[in-house]
Amino acid sequence: MSVDATAMERAPSPWTGRALLRRLAIGDEVAHLVTLIFAFTVILLTSLLVYQLFLNSAASRHAFGWHFWLSRTWDPVFEHFGAAPFIYGTLVTSAISLLIAVPLGLAAAVFLSELAPRSISDTISFLIDLLAAVPSVIFGLLGIFIVVPMMRTMIGPALKDTLGFLPLFQGPNYGVGFLTAGIVLAIMVVPYIISVSREVLLTVPRDQREAALALGATRWESTWKVVVPWARTGITGSVFLALARAVGETMAVTMVIGNDPKIATSLFAPGYTIAAVIANEFTEATGKLYLSSLIELGLVLFMITLILNGCARLLIIATERGGGHP
Amino acid sequence: MRFQISSLDFFYGAKQAVFGVNLKIPANKVTALIGPSGCGKSTFLRTLNRMNDTIRHSRYSGEILLDGQDIRQMDVVKLRRRVGMVFQRPNPFPKSIFENVAYGLRINGYNGNLRDHVEHSLRRAALWDEVKDYLHKSAFALSGGQQQRLCIARALAVDPEVLLLDEPCSALDPVTTAKIEELMFQLKDSCTLAIVTHNMQQAARASDFTAFMLDGKLIEHSETPKLFTTPQDPRTEAYITGRFG
Amino acid sequence: MSRARLIWRKSLNAVMLTLTGVAAFSVVSVLFLILGYLVYNGGKSLNWAFFTQLPKPVGETGGGMANAIVGSLKLLLLAAAMGLPVGLMAGVYLAEFGGRTFGFLVRYTTDLLNGVPSIVMGIFAYSLVVIPMRHFSTLAGGVALGIMVIPITLRSTEEFLRSVPGSLREGAMALGASKWRTIATVVLPAARAGIVTGMLLALARVAGETAPLLFTAFGNQFWSPGWNQPISSLPVMIYTYAISPYDDWHRQAWAAGLVLLGLVLVANVGTRVAVSRGGASRGA
Repeated sequence: MSVDATAMERAPSPWTGRALLRRLAIGDEVAHLVTLIFAFTVILLTSLLVYQLFLNSAASRHAFGWHFWLSRTWDPVFEHFGAAPFIYGTLVTSAISLLIAVPLGLAAAVFLSELAPRSISDTISFLIDLLAAVPSVIFGLLGIFIVVPMMRTMIGPALKDTLGFLPLFQGPNYGVGFLTAGIVLAIMVVPYIISVSREVLLTVPRDQREAALALGATRWESTWKVVVPWARTGITGSVFLALARAVGETMAVTMVIGNDPKIATSLFAPGYTIAAVIANEFTEATGKLYLSSLIELGLVLFMITLILNGCARLLIIATERGGGHP
Repeated sequence: MRFQISSLDFFYGAKQAVFGVNLKIPANKVTALIGPSGCGKSTFLRTLNRMNDTIRHSRYSGEILLDGQDIRQMDVVKLRRRVGMVFQRPNPFPKSIFENVAYGLRINGYNGNLRDHVEHSLRRAALWDEVKDYLHKSAFALSGGQQQRLCIARALAVDPEVLLLDEPCSALDPVTTAKIEELMFQLKDSCTLAIVTHNMQQAARASDFTAFMLDGKLIEHSETPKLFTTPQDPRTEAYITGRFG
Repeated sequence: MSRARLIWRKSLNAVMLTLTGVAAFSVVSVLFLILGYLVYNGGKSLNWAFFTQLPKPVGETGGGMANAIVGSLKLLLLAAAMGLPVGLMAGVYLAEFGGRTFGFLVRYTTDLLNGVPSIVMGIFAYSLVVIPMRHFSTLAGGVALGIMVIPITLRSTEEFLRSVPGSLREGAMALGASKWRTIATVVLPAARAGIVTGMLLALARVAGETAPLLFTAFGNQFWSPGWNQPISSLPVMIYTYAISPYDDWHRQAWAAGLVLLGLVLVANVGTRVAVSRGGASRGA
């Protein structure tokens, strides 16, 4: 069948059916606009969030000013509110969690990227990603019924026996407290350290390792002295990421920290974090100043995670761009 | 003449890729474009159906007339129905064989008998016998050569007046290449073909007219036997005899 | 090089490498420990009553979490209805239309939104919905979870759309398809598997969230008809029961934990498996 195209345009042809519908110009513009509106919604929501946080914390910001950050009082009855105990608690629990999670996570990442054969490495990574998907409240559940008793009966006494001379490990041990919360947090953030560090370590060029080994280094020496330093920017990024997660973690912490707004030197003492106090006291907050103080704490938390996530992203982008080395 | 191109300059941003090309592409014949890598022949081919419009900051000056009409004045959708394209690597959609061929028909509002037209296009692409019992299978189940013929069938389904082929056989084996060249010969009756090719033997075998491009300029253009046996320009001769390429 | 030093280096090597293996397996074993405890403690308490009955008043034993299960489903439904379309459309914008500066801005705020602690998201939903309505509601909880769904969906949609090869788009355009047509009929279907996975994973993630619900959906001992009343949910029930002093409630918390974790893991594993199998045979 030899087709004459011009004849097709003229004759009542099978092509004129939905010709109007395919007026592309309008269709494309509409699609562009619609998707743009949705994309703008994201920006809108985020701006609205920040705005609301500022707006609703105005009362306490005006009442307490900068003093809010340093004051150790948290007295709903006399309406004196200060953030110091919560910032302290957040810092201490996060520090403990990193102290545990970073060596553990880095070691595991090294194993997965350097030593394990690819299939085992992939399977274990998959399982560790699943660990990251476990909801916080379930970690809290296990925290209450497994870790707290362990702390009370095994870990606490053991630490007291060995390191009891340090003020860190003195004082009564009820099972709940900074240390317990730190341990639970450590388990929750270690998957993030492992997965990011593993990826970064895998991108270190082969010839780096080979150069070290060719000089007579042991496997461990080549890994620790050459490969890990090469990846150090990305690994630091993963630490910031883990820290951001630890700082914002609510449920698991509030279930095992003891919920006591005090600054104490002993790690066995009960404490409080920013996220935990908001979770516990928000619905009980009577009075505008009380609620406003809690929201100001939320604002503080938001700012901290903003900065930490920002640093993490910069570090990880720097790795991708510069190949990881300084 | 199907296409008349005059004084075509093409720019990617500030960089000029095509310099003052004048070419006529005759109807119902195969015109081959040859030249070394980077000489601008693919860029040139893609301006003919305004595919380069999708590239940011690209523009051209000069005139391109399809049957006497400036393609810039035309509705680009209409243009692309009349001037079809087959790409270097087969790019079937992740749909069934039938749906691949029917795609162009559906979007262009065809309301005749779909099934018949799909069969007709597959026959024109010499693929019907191989797939007629498997029309609802995925296009990816086909071999590379079959996929490319499917892409040809898909392009033919919208009854284009011109078919542009951008190195259609470079990813295919010699046997399949021969099949496609034979296809081109049969399509000439109903279609005008313009093919960009790296393969000089292919150009010599399968085309009626050949144009040689170098560094974005059209060096020589004449009937294929003439260009290959008695090239006018020394650069053409150098390229054909393999002194560079 | 003294012999002693060499022996030291070699032993250090052996010890360190073993330790890394120990570290990796310890972390993995935590996962199995969690599963083990939940199956053991939760399995004991999982019975028909759990799924069909309402909670009994404080102090009485027995009862179940039927309202919490339904509540979680209602909240997920709301979250999906509100968050998935936004994430999808915005992802399409970024992958197909995105301008340089505006696209960067959208991506930046998406990452920002993703990093917001879930408790702060609860505060946001509280000020958006609970304050004007003057009471807790399913809607408020849905809003909180819905906003959390957006960044995850957006990122995976954009990623999978970008992974569709340009040759497919060109093929469609060469046939005369307009841009939106190409996106709707070729690009989106090609990226379909990945996008759906991203959506399911986003939903699985917010299904386990507790903090944002504490002062939005709040909790409810009974059924919660409509969308305007406070509603019970599985994670909040686990929390409430776990910190209570009642053994019976503890048992139920384990059971609920098992159900919740089971759903989350099935979603995560299921989608991973589906994508890896689907990737091998892309078809019509």
